[in-house]
Amino acid sequence: MTYDGRNFEGEILELLMARVPGGMPVSVDTQIVGGLGLDSVAILDFIMDLEDHFDISIPLDRIAEVQTVAELSSAVEGLLRATR
Amino acid sequence: MSLFQKFDPIRAGLDLLVANGRNPFELRFEKILSPTEALLDGRTILLLGTNNYLGLTFDPACIEASSRALHAAGTGTTGSRIANGTYCDHAVLERRIAEFYGRRSAITFTTGYQANLGLIATLAGHGDHLLIDADSHASIYDASKLSNAEVIRFRHNDPEDLAHRLRRLKGRPGNRFIVTEGIYSMLGDAAPLREIAVVKREMGAYLIVDEAHSLGILGENGRGLCEAAGVEADVDFIVGTFSKSLGAVGGFATSDLPGFDLMRLACRAYMFTASLPPAVVASVIASLRRISTDGSLRARVISSCRRLYFGLDQAGFEVGPQPNPIVAVRMPDRETAAQFWNRLLDEGVYANLALPPATPGSLCLIRCSVSSAHTEAQIDRAVSIMTAVATELRVLGAARPHLSPNAGAAQSAS
Repeated sequence: MTYDGRNFEGEILELLMARVPGGMPVSVDTQIVGGLGLDSVAILDFIMDLEDHFDISIPLDRIAEVQTVAELSSAVEGLLRATR
Repeated sequence: MSLFQKFDPIRAGLDLLVANGRNPFELRFEKILSPTEALLDGRTILLLGTNNYLGLTFDPACIEASSRALHAAGTGTTGSRIANGTYCDHAVLERRIAEFYGRRSAITFTTGYQANLGLIATLAGHGDHLLIDADSHASIYDASKLSNAEVIRFRHNDPEDLAHRLRRLKGRPGNRFIVTEGIYSMLGDAAPLREIAVVKREMGAYLIVDEAHSLGILGENGRGLCEAAGVEADVDFIVGTFSKSLGAVGGFATSDLPGFDLMRLACRAYMFTASLPPAVVASVIASLRRISTDGSLRARVISSCRRLYFGLDQAGFEVGPQPNPIVAVRMPDRETAAQFWNRLLDEGVYANLALPPATPGSLCLIRCSVSSAHTEAQIDRAVSIMTAVATELRVLGAARPHLSPNAGAAQSAS
């Protein structure tokens, strides 16, 4: 996924790996909720990381249905397009 | 997949607790002896985890008022204020709350949870923006979910981060609501409200402060952190509960904004649930009168919480950032926390076992709450027992920075 020359999925995976305990493998198809041993608060903190990294607001209701890194990447790209 | 299979992770967590001793969710106190003692398995237990900050649950005037109301008006209202009407004492209590805070009006709710749920979900609508502290109580999260507003978290107690997130919304239509708490319920830290109020003024937002754990504790007159920080004029809505310092159950929201009372006809958590029973309303009127006129309770609880906080700090525990009536100490992991909590009960002390995800930063905590009814001897005994158990379980470490919500996250990332 690219927009503005950026690899969103790669950047998101990097941020996610920093949050995941024990070096668990993550990919674009990884289920963020339930698949990584992250509790609900840790996932919300990860979303904050994304907000700061991409300098956008990610309202919690916008990502309620998001399950995988690929879906999250699409949501982030959509929000960035809407902001710029 | 069975209906309850989705709760397997919860079952696994519970199994871990039970493997380390008692089931914390199945304790049965046979008798409550006083605000600070109860009978458990035939033994007298020191209560150090009840949020009974001012010890008013056995206050004679509150019990007498409650008893009179029970006999005069019955056991319940059997419905909502909208359907069944308002009893005189509901209106009296709301007037007293408004007077206590010096505001135009107040609305009572059946629980503190519903007060947040009702106020926030009703105020913030589609196109609005809710900015909530990352460590907010579950009721604030649930209210956010129930509202149709866009919900943004800001880093805990970080006014600059709040300002940064508000700046990102520049140019977008809709009201901004900042939600913060007076004292946070897990680590007992107070919000930097003066700085948050500055952000509110500069960026243009409404400010909601939940004083659940600070009502009756902070401020010269016990009005909470808003009073203590000198920012009452900046705070548009104060939420609170009757279930802690006021010794009963219920919640309220108060505001000086004209039109606030129209919430009664829009707020579903107010409209579609039974109103507070007369005995509860009467006891809250009495306890509010007590804290309005007697500053000694507040002085005593502050003295006691400092005694516990500094006693545990000196013993080598990793305590929270500030000496408030919630005093939490860090445990290295879930198993040790469960063992510690069980050993405390063995030795006659009841505190709270607080584990992720209910805690900030994935911290495992033993959470104590202090009451003005605790004697110095009781506090000293608690420190002594906690220290002995910590020594036995090798919890006390040499390096012990004060707890911060990021401590757990830092640990898991390292």
